[in-house]
Amino acid sequence: MELPVISNTAESGGGGCSSHSCGSTADQLNQIPDEILQKVFNHPCYSEDAHHHFARMHVAVAPACNIQCHYCNRKYDCANESRPGVVSELLTPDQAAKKTLVVASEIPQMSVLGIAGPGDPLANPERTFATFQMLSEHAPDIKLCVSTNGLMLPQSVDEIAKHNIDHVTITINCVDPDVGAKIYPWIFWNNKRIKGREGAAILIEQQQKGLEACIAKGILVKVNSVMIPGVNDEHLKEVSRVVKSKGAFLHNVMPLIAEAEHGTFYGLTGQRGPTQDELQALQDACAGDMNMMRHCRQCRADAVGLLGEDRGAEFTLDKIAEYELDLEGAAARRAEVRDRIAAELEEKRNAKAAAPAPKLVALDMSGLATKEALRPVKMAVATSGGGLINQHFGHAKEFLIYEASEKGVRFLGHRKTDLYCTGGDTCGDADTTLQQTVKALEGCEVVLCSKIGYEPWGMLEEAGIAPNGEHAMEGIEDAVMAVYAEMASAGKLVETAEVPAQSAA
Amino acid sequence: MALEINDLCVNCWACEPLCPNKAIYSAAPHFEIDPDKCTECAGDFADAQCAAICPIEGAIVDELGDALNPPGSLTGIPLQLLAEAAGSAAGTAAKTS
Repeated sequence: MELPVISNTAESGGGGCSSHSCGSTADQLNQIPDEILQKVFNHPCYSEDAHHHFARMHVAVAPACNIQCHYCNRKYDCANESRPGVVSELLTPDQAAKKTLVVASEIPQMSVLGIAGPGDPLANPERTFATFQMLSEHAPDIKLCVSTNGLMLPQSVDEIAKHNIDHVTITINCVDPDVGAKIYPWIFWNNKRIKGREGAAILIEQQQKGLEACIAKGILVKVNSVMIPGVNDEHLKEVSRVVKSKGAFLHNVMPLIAEAEHGTFYGLTGQRGPTQDELQALQDACAGDMNMMRHCRQCRADAVGLLGEDRGAEFTLDKIAEYELDLEGAAARRAEVRDRIAAELEEKRNAKAAAPAPKLVALDMSGLATKEALRPVKMAVATSGGGLINQHFGHAKEFLIYEASEKGVRFLGHRKTDLYCTGGDTCGDADTTLQQTVKALEGCEVVLCSKIGYEPWGMLEEAGIAPNGEHAMEGIEDAVMAVYAEMASAGKLVETAEVPAQSAA
Repeated sequence: MALEINDLCVNCWACEPLCPNKAIYSAAPHFEIDPDKCTECAGDFADAQCAAICPIEGAIVDELGDALNPPGSLTGIPLQLLAEAAGSAAGTAAKTS
């Protein structure tokens, strides 16, 4: 049996990186050429390895938008929420640049600054590029990225190319105006509000032109799509094909988040988001055509820190205004941290390449009474990094989801437990955190964690998810396979439920 | 002849750079239009620019107080659903206050 850790993507013909240099469980980067990998290796959003080590931040300098999406409510601003487009504190470009420099002084792992909203960065070109300009000047080692709906991208490409902008993210939900008409009620274009299909057609044309123009200039392009069941779910396979053929390096399919209390068109009209299984099936279907991104945490537009944590509250405007910067000292600390992390990651990769293939091979099927195929099993893992099962269930703000099958272990993605509002003074009734966590684990049969309390244990069992604390501090992939082997030998994996003659070794 | 911004405004800055007369300015608690400068874009554009980009229904009104973007006109949300949402939001606010 070959490497039991299956990559998420099909083999690429040439140009892809060699088997061990970047193919970890979590890596969606398998098909990406080396020169692009060099550009994104310390970008926490793109590598499961990097995200435990490098930090990123977003600054909210771009309030205006030039389109309306049915999943967005421009009135909304709730501090309990953690989702895209939601942000509390609008900054001027001066404040945003200073905040970035302060954070990059206090958190030397800071490697990336993004501008994503809360409106559209390119609908606020002066504010956005003024911020980038100051940062290119004072902290040239910080990578800059920008996320846009694409309407003004063709006009902005020259300006983008002037700055230290590493890559551009375009949210492309469709390439067909009839689909677009169900997602975008209007756009603002040439001094007019244009509604319906006509507006969607212009938006789509601009997005595609902008994508092509970025690629022509050598700017990396990632594409985000929001999966909206019944609206664009099937269509996103076509989107994936089109954007890849034009040179986008990564496609990130995210689930629609829509609740009535958000006051959005989709929320109020009862449009549902995809189930975890639907999302994963679509990501799998797109993966044959495209590098898929499975790490996205759908961060807030003003998130600060390592992925999965938000230290934004530490950096108040008062603190930022008072802070005395030592730009050279901070840059030196960042360089030191960066070199150390790069060396660690390299060492880990080499160790992984040298290590013998994990034990799936030892899963001895001969003991089973039948030759029937074993069904795959999804498992959730609580980890705080290092590839180990080392987090208490109750401390996990997100879980890594793996699928074990006869072929090996495959990383599927993340599930956050705090995506939705959990109540508070301004919100109505909401599920408890624990109920939400159990909901987020839908489709998983096992949860692996270092420890777990009595109450969640009971709730998980009731939901048909087996809690398991027996593999604390073990490597994730080995533990997932060990549990899979136990389930196999206990006869839990054969659909016909035939009991195995003896237990597997 | 002048338009007005009311307290539904969310201060998103979209209108400010578009005004051909520089009549719109940032103020607390929300943006304002200088009535002496506003021409409702007559002679410059077919549509009043602030109202053409404003994402908030009802935030820009004319001299009679009529909304240039009435409820439902931008989001496409049916009026009945908007009313229900407003009702339940009010209920929640009452409950927690």
